[in-house]
Amino acid sequence: MNTFPILSLITFLPLLGALFIFFINGAKQEYIDRSAKTAALFVSVFTFGASLFMYSLFKPENGDFQLIETFRWFPSLNISYKMGVDGISVLFVLLSTFLTPVCLLASWNSIKKNVKEFMIAFLILETMMIGMFCSLDIVLFYVFFEGVLIPMFIIIGVWGGPRRVYSSFKFFLYTLLGSVLMLLAILAMYLHAETSDITVLLNTNFPIQMQTWLWLAFFASFAVKMPMWPVHTWLPDAHVEAPTAGSVILAGVLLKMGGYGFLRFSVPMFPVATMEFTWLIYGLSVVAIIYTSLIALVQTDMKKLIAYSSVAHMGFVTLGIFTLTEQGMEGAVFQMLSHGIVSAALFLCVGVVYDRLHTRNIGRYGGLVNNMPKYATVFMVFMLASVGLPGTSGFVGEFLSLLGAFQVNTIVATLASTGVVLGAAYMLYLYRAVVFGPLDKDDVKKMLDLDKREITIFLPMIVLVLWMGIYPSTVLNTVAPAIKKTITYHDQGLERAEKEEKQKGDIQ
Amino acid sequence: MIDLQTFNIIPVMPEIIMALMGMVLLIFAVSQGNKSYRIVSWYVVLTCITVGAILLRFPQGVSITFGGMFVTEPFAVFMKLLVLAGASLVLLMSITYMQREKIARFEYPILILFSTLGMMVMLSANDLISLYMGLELQSLPLYVLAAFNRDNLKSSEAGLKYFVLGALSSGLLLYGCSMVYGFAGTTNFIGLAEVFALEATPVAGVVVGLVFILVGLLFKISAVPFHMWSPDVYEGAPSSVTAFFAVVPKIAAIGLLIRVSMSAFGGIAEQWQQVLMLVAMGSMIVGSMAAIVQTNIKRLMAYSSIGHMGYALIGLTAASSAGVQGLLVYMMIYMFTTAGVFAIILLMVRKNMQVETIDDLAGLAQYKPLMALCMAVLMFSMAGIPPLAGFFGKLFVFQAAMAEGMYTLAIVGVLTSVIAAYYYLRIIKVMYFDSATEQLDNVEDSGSNFVMRASAFFAVVFITIAWPIVEAIHYAVDSLLFL
Repeated sequence: MNTFPILSLITFLPLLGALFIFFINGAKQEYIDRSAKTAALFVSVFTFGASLFMYSLFKPENGDFQLIETFRWFPSLNISYKMGVDGISVLFVLLSTFLTPVCLLASWNSIKKNVKEFMIAFLILETMMIGMFCSLDIVLFYVFFEGVLIPMFIIIGVWGGPRRVYSSFKFFLYTLLGSVLMLLAILAMYLHAETSDITVLLNTNFPIQMQTWLWLAFFASFAVKMPMWPVHTWLPDAHVEAPTAGSVILAGVLLKMGGYGFLRFSVPMFPVATMEFTWLIYGLSVVAIIYTSLIALVQTDMKKLIAYSSVAHMGFVTLGIFTLTEQGMEGAVFQMLSHGIVSAALFLCVGVVYDRLHTRNIGRYGGLVNNMPKYATVFMVFMLASVGLPGTSGFVGEFLSLLGAFQVNTIVATLASTGVVLGAAYMLYLYRAVVFGPLDKDDVKKMLDLDKREITIFLPMIVLVLWMGIYPSTVLNTVAPAIKKTITYHDQGLERAEKEEKQKGDIQ
Repeated sequence: MIDLQTFNIIPVMPEIIMALMGMVLLIFAVSQGNKSYRIVSWYVVLTCITVGAILLRFPQGVSITFGGMFVTEPFAVFMKLLVLAGASLVLLMSITYMQREKIARFEYPILILFSTLGMMVMLSANDLISLYMGLELQSLPLYVLAAFNRDNLKSSEAGLKYFVLGALSSGLLLYGCSMVYGFAGTTNFIGLAEVFALEATPVAGVVVGLVFILVGLLFKISAVPFHMWSPDVYEGAPSSVTAFFAVVPKIAAIGLLIRVSMSAFGGIAEQWQQVLMLVAMGSMIVGSMAAIVQTNIKRLMAYSSIGHMGYALIGLTAASSAGVQGLLVYMMIYMFTTAGVFAIILLMVRKNMQVETIDDLAGLAQYKPLMALCMAVLMFSMAGIPPLAGFFGKLFVFQAAMAEGMYTLAIVGVLTSVIAAYYYLRIIKVMYFDSATEQLDNVEDSGSNFVMRASAFFAVVFITIAWPIVEAIHYAVDSLLFL
């Protein structure tokens, strides 16, 4: 077996980088800022390289957890430091390591104060994100899951917009309230199974009544993180006030933690409760898709519009996961990855014009196609990907999720499909208002097109979006075995529960 | 079988050394006057460290002496080490502070020494009589310390308030002791445990006595509803004394509470469990709600520590070995992080004046990044956010509560921890998000700076060093329960 702890390396490399940057000191502020930026970028790029290497070691045909590492943490309590990835989490690790250097590049010039601290916060955030996707111990998972809050709170609060204090508090307290209930559920699971090893918990049979409570507690946490309607209200606030890089990582990775949690815990571990509550998820997803799309239509703030569109897109994800069909769940994972890149890119697009004009008001722009043709092209690619145009990554995810939904519930699927139309409506509206129309505002006329740094950021993202849209098998081949495994756990759990019911009936 | 009659002086050696040192230092200081303040302080720290070292080399196992009045086992040793560490930390950070405030009198370190001695006696008490003796030895110096800044109206008020209410609680405790003695026929903890092992349902008189004893002890840890004194005393007393109040006596009182409830009254656990459950819930709720509106950081810390006592009591309410273990982990983390926060409070000086409102910290991150970082780490830790130390304390007590099926208590606990997170975040917000109007002075105070850094460092690295600590605590708790 592989003895080199590659996952731990990827996880803690950014932390080491942060520690290194912490000790950077010098007489000139300019010099400190430059070295901090360079060091952070170097570390994050290196981490991305290491994660690619890790992906080359990963065997996608196998649906099990791989590259497992175990270290003693609390041996006599049966809580250990255990890391490992399967086909689902490995892709999220790649997504996190890919987006971090992108974010650092994006904030190269826009972050002007406390540059060193910003870089430290971001690298710590990266450690927490990667660690969360890699943990195979539920207590360790919780540590990373909650640990994300600290750097994100600081990033929104220190480098955010005018209402940053309100937004950062709302973000922190909302998510914390959801998570603490999950903590109790985690403890209950731990006490029942007497271990916190996720691979064991996947094969544990939780009593049916307990499953309901556990499911609800996990739901409280993941629904807030997703976010699902009606607990999504922290998201627009957080997005609007966060600096560009904060919005990118929030939309790109943090929102995926909820969906990942549903796939990893709720569906395979509490199968009976999952079946019981599918109606709830369907209802909330459909409401999220239609209602937040309608809200997105009337926004005047670019970031808010994209934030609401995120909620709608996450509706497809929850819908896909809880169809409990292979297509639906694969679609959900695909949609999450695609949304991770597309919405991140859209926030970067907003960041580009915001850096130049310092407003996010849609009405203040117009006619950018004339003086920023490169920008117009880039924006168009991501706008169309967000709409779900065939040939872009957005299409595959939505299509598969809806395909799954049609197999289980036609009405829900039909209602959800209207979201695609509404999505096209608000994204095209945004694009028309910003890029087309007359170029009549003097300050808009003066705006310069993308520079080399910005093109470097966007180019790989465009390639990824098109690649995933044209040849989705690259991703699906990795995801499919893990999804099959998840469904197997789910079905096995249901069978065990049925047997138990029968036995109870026989005794009576 | 342990022979109760054997007269064995070895287990009491640390206390004897401490008492002798106190008296020698007192004579020395009286002859030298207040100019000996610094040297006496350092000697007291040295005494604490020496006694701690002796305790570490102590023979393992249980030894009982003085006719069953006095007991030492790994549990007592562990708690005493915590108390000594707390006392040394507080002294370290207050030496320069007292001089700045011009109240650097030699009685200060000596009173702390005697109070610590009282706590050590408390932690080894195996009889209601020695319990009371230790408790009073601990309390009397504290009353004096609260009023130490005698020319300050608030400080005198704090001292008087603490004295009156403390005397009341001591009275209640003593009354409870006499009730228990009257109905159970013994004051010895082992004797009491034997009595309660035989009768499943105790007579009403014992229960009344038990409640009185609990009230007396809960007063010392300022649990709701016996918390009224603490915000006023915290605010009025000199900050270094407040730090001492917040950290050290609580550990001793919790240790005593554990011994009384788990070993003496362990047979009738249901009787005190319900009392403690209500007290724990009340403390968590009041601690989290009332702190929100505070503007003075010392008052805020008073409510915060009321809340923390609530969480700690969850562990005791579970009345299991895992619960006591969680409680000890919690108290240890509480001690180190609280000491760090108070070190920062002591460093809050503007224009040579001590300031203590939260707004005085505005913009701290911009001109004192390290101090702000330490404070932020400690605040996140107190809020119980992983991966910092405070999270693990909460994890273990909640785990114990869940294992005993106390779901309501656990749910109240996590919900109030979210509310409490709000006011901890507020301090971080003031330091990081607001901009500075006036800066704090640069204070030459290596003691406070050291405690601040060490405590923040502890909060960060606890996750990696947790295991041996938890093992040690496990060992200590085992020694208590199998007595």
